[in-house]
Amino acid sequence: MEIIRAENLKHVYKTSTDEKVALDGLNFTIDEGEFVAIIGINGSGKSTLAKHFNALLLPSDGKIFVAGLDTADENNLWRIRENIGMVFQNPDNEIVAAVVEDDVAFGCENLGVPPDEIKRRIDFALDAVNMTEYKKFSPSKLSGGQKQRIAIAGVLAMRTKIIVFDEPTAMLDPVGRREILNTVQKLHAQGLTIIYITHFMEEAAVADRIFLMDGGKILRIGTPRRIFADVAAIKRLGLDVPIAVELADRLRRRGLKLPKNIFTDDEFVDTVKELKF
Amino acid sequence: MIDIKNLSYTYMKGTPFEKTALKNISLNIDDGNFLAIAGHTGSGKSTLIQIIAGLIDVPKGTVEVDGESIKNKSARRKIGIVFQYPEHQLFEETVERDIAFGPRNFGLSEDEIISRVDESMQLVGLDLALKDKSPFELSGGQRRRVAIAGILALKPKYLILDEPTAGLDPRAKKNLLAEIKRLHELGVTIILVSHSMEDIANLASRVIVLTDGEILFDGTPRKLFVHEKILNRAGLIPPAATKLLQKISRAGLNVNAEVLTIDEAENEIWRAIK
Repeated sequence: MEIIRAENLKHVYKTSTDEKVALDGLNFTIDEGEFVAIIGINGSGKSTLAKHFNALLLPSDGKIFVAGLDTADENNLWRIRENIGMVFQNPDNEIVAAVVEDDVAFGCENLGVPPDEIKRRIDFALDAVNMTEYKKFSPSKLSGGQKQRIAIAGVLAMRTKIIVFDEPTAMLDPVGRREILNTVQKLHAQGLTIIYITHFMEEAAVADRIFLMDGGKILRIGTPRRIFADVAAIKRLGLDVPIAVELADRLRRRGLKLPKNIFTDDEFVDTVKELKF
Repeated sequence: MIDIKNLSYTYMKGTPFEKTALKNISLNIDDGNFLAIAGHTGSGKSTLIQIIAGLIDVPKGTVEVDGESIKNKSARRKIGIVFQYPEHQLFEETVERDIAFGPRNFGLSEDEIISRVDESMQLVGLDLALKDKSPFELSGGQRRRVAIAGILALKPKYLILDEPTAGLDPRAKKNLLAEIKRLHELGVTIILVSHSMEDIANLASRVIVLTDGEILFDGTPRKLFVHEKILNRAGLIPPAATKLLQKISRAGLNVNAEVLTIDEAENEIWRAIK
C-alpha cells in the first residue's frame, strides 16, 4: 500500500539575487514497509527531498502526500509529523536531555502523550534499538553509534511509521556504522518504512529500491542489483559501486567470462571458486 | 620530528566525571611521515591530536616539535590542524578573506598574504575565480577545501586532519584524498585521523590504533588488517578489498589475503585464477 506520493515535486531556493532549482519535478511513490535508499553526489537534491517528507520544506510547485496528507496544507502538519520521523548526521545535535530515557521521551512529551504511556513507549523504543541497559545513562557517556540509536529510539517512541535517515552513519566509526545499519534492517523487518540517504554504497545495497539522484532529478529507480549493474553510469555520476560489482567489472574487462549477476561478496567468492576448479 | 613522551591526560580530574583519555603515550612522528590514527569513538584520538597541536596543555608528559616544546609559539606555528567539518568554521564574506584570516593574524605582509592565498587555493584544487565568492555559495566539497586552504596558508610543516572526508560523496572524497596525497608528496608531514579503513589503506605508511587511551598497535596498514585480534579489540573492520580476499582465501582458493586496495585485489585474483 502506498504511503508516500510525489507529483511533479519542485523546490526552488531563492535568494535576493538568484534562484536555484534543487528539486526539478519529481514523481514517485513509496509503499508502506518499503526500504528506499537515496544516493547521489552532494548537491543532487537528496537532503532537500528529505526535508519535504515531513514538511520542513514545502513544495515550490507540485505536491507531496505523506500517509495521504498533503504537506502543503498547514492543518496536516502535526499529523504528518506523527507519521514520519527524521534522524540526521550528527547525533550530538539531536540529543536534548541529560538522561537517555528523558531524551527518548522528549518527542512524546511534546505530542502530549500521558506519562504512563510514555514509560511504556520508552521501554519499547529502547528495546527496539538494543539500548535498554543504558536507560539511566547520561548520553554524553555513549559512543556515536549508541547516541544515534538513542535518536532513533526517540523517533520510534512517537509511534512513527516512517523514518527518514539523512546520512546517519557519516560521523560514526566502523562498528557504529554496522550498529546503525543492523538497527535499520531490524526496524524494516518489523514493518517500518525506511528512507535512507547515504554516501556509503554498501549501505544502499541492502535497500529494496534505490532512487538515484542527480541535478535535482531522479535519474533512475530500481533494485540495488539493477542500479549498480551499470558501473560506468554510476561512476560518471561520481558515485561508487559495491566491491564485488567493481571487481567483477574489472576482471571482465581483462577478458574473463563472468556471469552478469555478481552483486554480493558471497556471489563473487562462489563464482571465482568455480572458475578455479 | 614530533616527539611525544609519557603523555597522560585526564578530563575533569578530581570530579565524579573524571575520565582518563590518554595513558602514558610515547610516540615519534618522523618528518615526511604519513601517519594514520585509528580507533573507535572515545578511544582518545581527538585528545591526542589536540595535545600535539598545543591546544590542550599537558600536565604530564612532553611534546616536542623539532626539539622545541609545544608550549612555545614558534613550535605551535609549525602545526596545522583541520577539525571535523571545518567548513562550519568559515565566517568571512569572501573566500579570499577567509583564507587570508590566519596569515593576517600572523602579521604577514599583504603581498605575502596574497601569494599564500593563491598558492593554497591551488594546492586544494580550488579555482582562483572563486576568490570573491561568498564561501556560503559554494558546494559542500568546495567549502571544505576553502577551510583546508585557510590552514595551508599558514604553511604548516605538520598537518593534522581529523576525518577530512566525512560526509563527502565518493567523488569529492576521492579528489580530496588525492590532494592530501599531493601535499604529502610536497613534503608536508601528515597525521590523518580516520574511521575509513579504505583511506588509511590507500594513503598511510604507518598507522597507530588507540583503545582506551593506549596505543594498541603501531605498524603498517598491511600488518594491521591481518591482525584480527587487534581489529576486534579496537572495533575496526578491514577495508572491503581485504575482507573479500579473506573470504576467497577461506573458501579454499590460494590467494594472498594481505591486499589493501581494489587494485591489489584485482591483480591478486587475476594471478590466482589465471
